[in-house]
Amino acid sequence: MVSNPQQFAAGASVHPLPGAGAPPVQKKPDDGLEPDGSIERNPGMALDLGWLEAMRHVNRSALERRVATLGKRRSIKGDNQAAWLLRAIAVMDLTTLNSNDTDERVRRLCAKARNPLRPDLMEGLGITKHPMRPAAVCVYHPFVATAVDALKGTGIHVAAVSTAFPHGLAPLSTRIAEVRASVADGADEIDVVIPRGLVFEAEWQELYDEVAAFREACGEAHLKVILGVGDLSTLRNVMLASMVSMMAGADFIKTSTGKESVNATLPVGLTMVRAIRAYQERTGYLIGFKPAGGISTAKSALDWLVLMKEELGRRWLEPDLFRFGASSLLTDIERQLEHHLTGRYSANHRHAMA
Amino acid sequence: MNILQRYESMDYAAAPESRAEADAWLKGRDLSKALFINGEWKAAGSGKTFEVLEPSTVKPLAKVSEAGAADVDAAVAAARKALPKWEKAGGYARARVLYAIGRSMQRNARLFAVLESIDNGKPIRESRDIDVPLAVRHFIHHAGWAQRLDKEFPDHKAVGVAGQIIPWNFPLLMLAWKIAPALAAGCTVVLKPAEFTPLTAVLFSEICERAGVPKGVVNIVHGGPEAGQAIVEHPDVDKIAFTGSSEVGKIIRRATAGTGKKLSLELGGKSAFIVFDDADLDSAVEGLVDGIWFNQGQVCCAGSRLLVQEGVADAFLAKVKTRMSRLRLGDPLDKNTDIGPLVDTSQLERVSGLVAEGAKQGATCWQPDNDVPGTGWYYRPTLAIGVSPANILAQEEVFGPVLASMTFRNTEEAVELANNTRYGLAASVWSENINLALHAAPQLKAGVIWVNGTNMFDAACGFGGYRESGFGREGGREGMFEYLALKSKPSTALKEKPAEEPAEAVSADFIDRTPKLFIGGKQARPDGNYAYRVLDSKGRLAGEAGLGNRKDIREAVAAAQKCTAWPSATAFNRAQVLYFLGENLSIRADEMAARLVSLTGVSSKAAGAEVDQSVQRLFEAAGMADKFEGAVHQPPARVVTLALHEPVGAIGMVMPDQQPLLGFVAMVAPALAMGNTVVAIPSERWPLLATDLYQVIEASDVPAGAINIVTGRSGELARVLAKHDDLDGLWVIADAETSKAVEYESAGNLKRVWTTGGRVPDWHKGEGALDPLLRRSVEVKNVWVPYGD
Repeated sequence: MVSNPQQFAAGASVHPLPGAGAPPVQKKPDDGLEPDGSIERNPGMALDLGWLEAMRHVNRSALERRVATLGKRRSIKGDNQAAWLLRAIAVMDLTTLNSNDTDERVRRLCAKARNPLRPDLMEGLGITKHPMRPAAVCVYHPFVATAVDALKGTGIHVAAVSTAFPHGLAPLSTRIAEVRASVADGADEIDVVIPRGLVFEAEWQELYDEVAAFREACGEAHLKVILGVGDLSTLRNVMLASMVSMMAGADFIKTSTGKESVNATLPVGLTMVRAIRAYQERTGYLIGFKPAGGISTAKSALDWLVLMKEELGRRWLEPDLFRFGASSLLTDIERQLEHHLTGRYSANHRHAMA
Repeated sequence: MNILQRYESMDYAAAPESRAEADAWLKGRDLSKALFINGEWKAAGSGKTFEVLEPSTVKPLAKVSEAGAADVDAAVAAARKALPKWEKAGGYARARVLYAIGRSMQRNARLFAVLESIDNGKPIRESRDIDVPLAVRHFIHHAGWAQRLDKEFPDHKAVGVAGQIIPWNFPLLMLAWKIAPALAAGCTVVLKPAEFTPLTAVLFSEICERAGVPKGVVNIVHGGPEAGQAIVEHPDVDKIAFTGSSEVGKIIRRATAGTGKKLSLELGGKSAFIVFDDADLDSAVEGLVDGIWFNQGQVCCAGSRLLVQEGVADAFLAKVKTRMSRLRLGDPLDKNTDIGPLVDTSQLERVSGLVAEGAKQGATCWQPDNDVPGTGWYYRPTLAIGVSPANILAQEEVFGPVLASMTFRNTEEAVELANNTRYGLAASVWSENINLALHAAPQLKAGVIWVNGTNMFDAACGFGGYRESGFGREGGREGMFEYLALKSKPSTALKEKPAEEPAEAVSADFIDRTPKLFIGGKQARPDGNYAYRVLDSKGRLAGEAGLGNRKDIREAVAAAQKCTAWPSATAFNRAQVLYFLGENLSIRADEMAARLVSLTGVSSKAAGAEVDQSVQRLFEAAGMADKFEGAVHQPPARVVTLALHEPVGAIGMVMPDQQPLLGFVAMVAPALAMGNTVVAIPSERWPLLATDLYQVIEASDVPAGAINIVTGRSGELARVLAKHDDLDGLWVIADAETSKAVEYESAGNLKRVWTTGGRVPDWHKGEGALDPLLRRSVEVKNVWVPYGD
């Protein structure tokens, strides 16, 4: 495994991170954006239990009705569909999180990330000069350096799942050390998991402290907080865990590990984007969202993009505020793009595997 | 735009549903022969047609035959002729036809949806995902009622030929709401679609041809007010079902007065959308989108009055504005359109006129700067802030995408504001506290309450209003009754009152008492301080009774409305009071029987029986107080719909001279059992039985105001009651002329009226029996409670 922290500077160049050592005090930017259009990083805020209490009101039935009609209210067809699917590629965290991953497997994935589309498709879509690439490659810690090395010069970020992924039940010191190790290896995005038990026990202070500690350990690397929504039972719990994570300084909130029986569903997503909107309304900071797990079709990717645009607006269709965590989604998008260009339905084996 | 540009902009592009099939359908038809009468396509007798315009392009779509009175005659004759065979065909045969219609509509669902969107202007998403599937469901649901009719509705039969008039806002769905229950019940129909939107009704007629609907069972006549009026006034129509404006509804109420036609009206609304501070605010915002920006706000039950609790008002309205700015106005056939054009230029003028007037009266009207197509009758979604209850936008039904918002401080004020309207169709209650939501729902005067939702409809759940939003229900068991009549209605002719002659003699049991009126739990002298003489059966003076006048009626109605103890008492509590009334009456049975004998001249056996039956009726009604319950409907979603039986309110009653005691009790007992309060005008000729009764009432723990008795001239007082707009119901057993007059005058507030056309019902069989009167004593309120956590 390669361990070369210097290399990761290349990966961070596309979406610059704020300067190190910025004090984590709450401020209220006008639009949450820096002059260059990049987002001002969420510094977090003190745990506000009163606000948390006010956010409990999540009506599952109403959310289900909303998401049931979302995909019916908007239709993305033709060239627009091709453009939106390219957007789905650009906000993708191409992921491999298997117990039997190897360096070679990770290199293969990185190679796919560098060239996600067949040249003829690129040409057909008129994007040869503007190659679309996934936003990041997401791996376990041992493969961070490998990925950093393999993605050198591409601008593709390297994300590491961390903190005893997927359960989060190792000692806190171990988990913090894991974050530091991945950052040291060159990961500029850290996907941490929360111990779900803290939500059931309503140990909000402890949850807050842990996430804040992860944030501190991340330094300049961006922090994505995985809630493990499939384990949280209710949308109310999803809402509360989202709010605590953002208060503690999350840059992104993320649905799932991909290892729970239920992963990213639209009602869960709607709950989380509403949490993000509430946080923005109150603090001015823009928080990213990453649905992960179970998003494997181009159609479902479009549904998620519509959800973001409708609920949060155009700004949330950029990779600094939205990501898909996905492993097989890219192939389906390739097939759809081929169909768009040729009118013929494609097969998986016609596209290079990761 | 190339793909890279699209990638950058990430806008929605037009995604139009194809109109090719619909255009081909239109092109292949001569709609100047669109009258569907007796299974045949006909031009209007006059040869007249009217032009139908497409709201989004303002271009002509078709010229459609315009029925006149002669065409309506032919349609009614066809329906009449088809009626016996259709009824006799039996429930199973009718079920098969209804099912076939439903399935056939399902197979043609997309054509229906596209035609509807072209014709009405509603977004294709709505016609495709809401209107058409609900219409299909309505037919399939009612197939079941058809087959089980005899078992589910014993003693009932089809009411006969139904004349049905529907509006342009949900052309196909309203057609389904009208035709499905009628056919299930065994009625034949003459239906008039709205002039603006005839197309899907033509396609439906074609479906009828193919689905095996016998000739003459469904007749569709297109046209305007002339055809509508001809249906309403046709002597061979047994039932009128109308959906439309309250204004026209009232005209129909007057026009059908005295005709014996059964009537159901589904009229306008100004429905409250109440957001409590513990609501899921983001979801409530989406609720508003479905509530007031659904179908361009051209929805009778649109949540057009937003009531939001002060503490969250600013935050909520900010969210509403943000959401409004994301609504897309556009081509109805574009799958990305949220808001289409209004149906007609007249509608556009009406909506913009009302908003301008609302602004002039002090409301701040806000619109997002969303793109609006260059042609078509589009109107931007509008939020009116700071609307006072007196503002025209808070009072008048706009029937457009205009939301009037107000704030409230607490639950009491929310309910008060919500009920501060002549209408009473629907209301939404948003709170995550089920205790609060289910506390508010019964207090809202509306036929449909959605908890944490809005504009939810289903064939199994009754829909219909309180107050001037009309009466009758559509959907479910409660809706079936609108097309059913009792198989037998035994009755006797009203006895002519003998001309009053000066009494020479005095009755043997004359006691010089001063019977008073009984108002608000107190014996009261009549306002005019006049009395009239009560003669016994032999013409001798039996006593004098107070001569009530309009002011006494005013006091009595006020007392009945003021009495909240009775409607809010538990059913068990009401049962006990009614039992107690019966018990106390039985104690005085001999005295009452003697009174009956001497006053009315009946045999003592008959008198004893009348008293006994009266006591029995009180007991039976007492027993049913906690048993004539509502139902729980199961629409196809994760929701329970509670069909609550609520009291109608304050009911005026005019009793006949025949069986003066039993008549009084048979009318009052079921009304009281269900929690109504009563203003009774007892038998004019023999009021002394009722005035004797108030001592029994006083001794029986009946709360003040629950029963009020005003003696006097029945015909005159009946008319005063009919003109009282704070009276909720009116039951009149009087001569035909009075019956007609009270029906006519009831149009003022659309109080629920029962008359028998100058005959006295049998109090044991038919419409005078306990069960039908229990049904008249309640409004069915459907409370939708979605759930899930």
